[in-house]
Amino acid sequence: MDALALEAAGGKKVANGAAVAAPLPPPAPVKRKPAKKAKKAVVFFEVEILDAKTKDKLCFLDKVEPNATIGEIKSMFHKSHPQWYPARQSIRLDPKGKSLKDEDVLQHLPVGTTATFYFRDLGAQISWVTVFLTEYTGPLVIYLMFYFRVPFIYAPKYDFTTSKHWVVHLACMCHSFHYVKRLLETLFVHRFSHGTMPLRNIFKNCTYYWGFAAWMAYYINHPLYTPPIYGEQQIRLALIIFLFCQIGNFSIHIALRNLRPPGSKTRKIPYPTKNPFTWIFLLVSCPNYTYELGSWLGFTVMTQCLPVAFFTLVGFIQMTVWAKGKHRSYLKEFRDYPPLRSPILPFIL
Amino acid sequence: AKLSRTQHSKIPFNKDISCFNGNIMWLVIAVGLVRAYLARGSYHGLYYSIEKPLNVCPLCHIPGIVPSSVVLTGFQVMSRVFLTWAVTHSVREVRWTVCYYFVTAWTVTEIIRYSFYTFSLLNHLPYLIKWARYTFFIVLYPMGVTGELLTIYAALPYVQKTGLYSVTLPNKYNFSFDYYTFLILIMISYIPLFPQLYFHMIRQRKKVLGHVEDYSKVE
Repeated sequence: MDALALEAAGGKKVANGAAVAAPLPPPAPVKRKPAKKAKKAVVFFEVEILDAKTKDKLCFLDKVEPNATIGEIKSMFHKSHPQWYPARQSIRLDPKGKSLKDEDVLQHLPVGTTATFYFRDLGAQISWVTVFLTEYTGPLVIYLMFYFRVPFIYAPKYDFTTSKHWVVHLACMCHSFHYVKRLLETLFVHRFSHGTMPLRNIFKNCTYYWGFAAWMAYYINHPLYTPPIYGEQQIRLALIIFLFCQIGNFSIHIALRNLRPPGSKTRKIPYPTKNPFTWIFLLVSCPNYTYELGSWLGFTVMTQCLPVAFFTLVGFIQMTVWAKGKHRSYLKEFRDYPPLRSPILPFIL
Repeated sequence: AKLSRTQHSKIPFNKDISCFNGNIMWLVIAVGLVRAYLARGSYHGLYYSIEKPLNVCPLCHIPGIVPSSVVLTGFQVMSRVFLTWAVTHSVREVRWTVCYYFVTAWTVTEIIRYSFYTFSLLNHLPYLIKWARYTFFIVLYPMGVTGELLTIYAALPYVQKTGLYSVTLPNKYNFSFDYYTFLILIMISYIPLFPQLYFHMIRQRKKVLGHVEDYSKVE
């Protein structure tokens, strides 16, 4: 009895005979006592969930298995409060603390047999896949509308005409290829850590992507578009950079996908593979962003268009913020993280 | 206001000086305006007497010293800088006439506001100043906003005629900018932004002046 209570209070090792703290979470049922009431020698937890702001008691669960995960507790909470589906629940030990993960096991948390959790509503959620598909389909369609000079964009005499500059056709192919690649990666390559994000993000993200796509496409496909100063040489060089970085970006996405078994959320340090495009991992933590920057720089040089340069700049700033965050969490999580790596630009940023 | 009192006690002395200086600048403008008006007997040409301090003043706004929201103050500073440099200074024609509405509104508002901050920092805030700060805005904000909108509206025909700050196609950077449309968009943006600022101040007023018994004399 005592041994089991100790075990329930935080996974401390127990010296007593039968109930040893084995690596496996569920404690082996003790068969010593005669099973008069067919009771399993397992201590059930009681879970109470309070609102993090008002401290109101929202839910009380008794007879919770010690090996229950936070994910299972969220499902149980959802039953009593159907408006809060598990994806929008944030369960934490401390009202102002960090959210607990779905995989966390109840008996491994620093709680007594009556666990008190605090709940915070994350607001309406939407899946990452949905957001990505929507925000990437927009630019694809919008750019093509400008390329084909659909009515009401340019002067009526230009409706449905085509540009006389071949770089405009090339730019359309590159831009469309880029977003088709992104859509396919969303569907078949990426393995997302989080299932959902707040609903308002879709409006923010779509405004950004769709807005910039329209702004860039307007000028590139404009009847008064001026092709690059250095002509063929400039366009050819830009195309090489663009394609190189597209392949690089794709290689990194594949490498990151292979770090993680399907359906899991494990995190490992990425390392260079046989693919030369991944050797950049030696110098950079987030080479997918490095290659993305390279692609857009290529597109900027190819089109020689200031709005494209702005888009590249804004994207670069955002990706640098993400890369620094990712780099910091790598350093925190892995003690043997390679010291030579920079977040996004080798040796610079 | 309780929170701001404890914050004020931690603020170093040189910030008091900057607040004081801000006050002085606006007093200079006010005095300059009054004197020039009395001297000339009309408001024509008054602009030139205050142009220099007026253009510098908005740039002297000191974020972070006093406990106001950075976003709201940021908007105010940006709109002030925009009005003085991008509109009034750039478009000669508005300098003589409509711009005085917002200049007057700003001047009075800022003198009261800086006095409020200065006295708060020194922990000797007369109730009159606090009352003035949270009451005068009721008239001064709409007056200032109307003045700003009138000024921008007055500048529009000249901007369109001269193509001020505008870039047209074709050019080698494949970029264009129409300052005229931009000004119209700015005017439209007042519709969502001004009510937010205004009602924020009204809410602040209820909070601050509502508890007369607790805060009547700061001593």
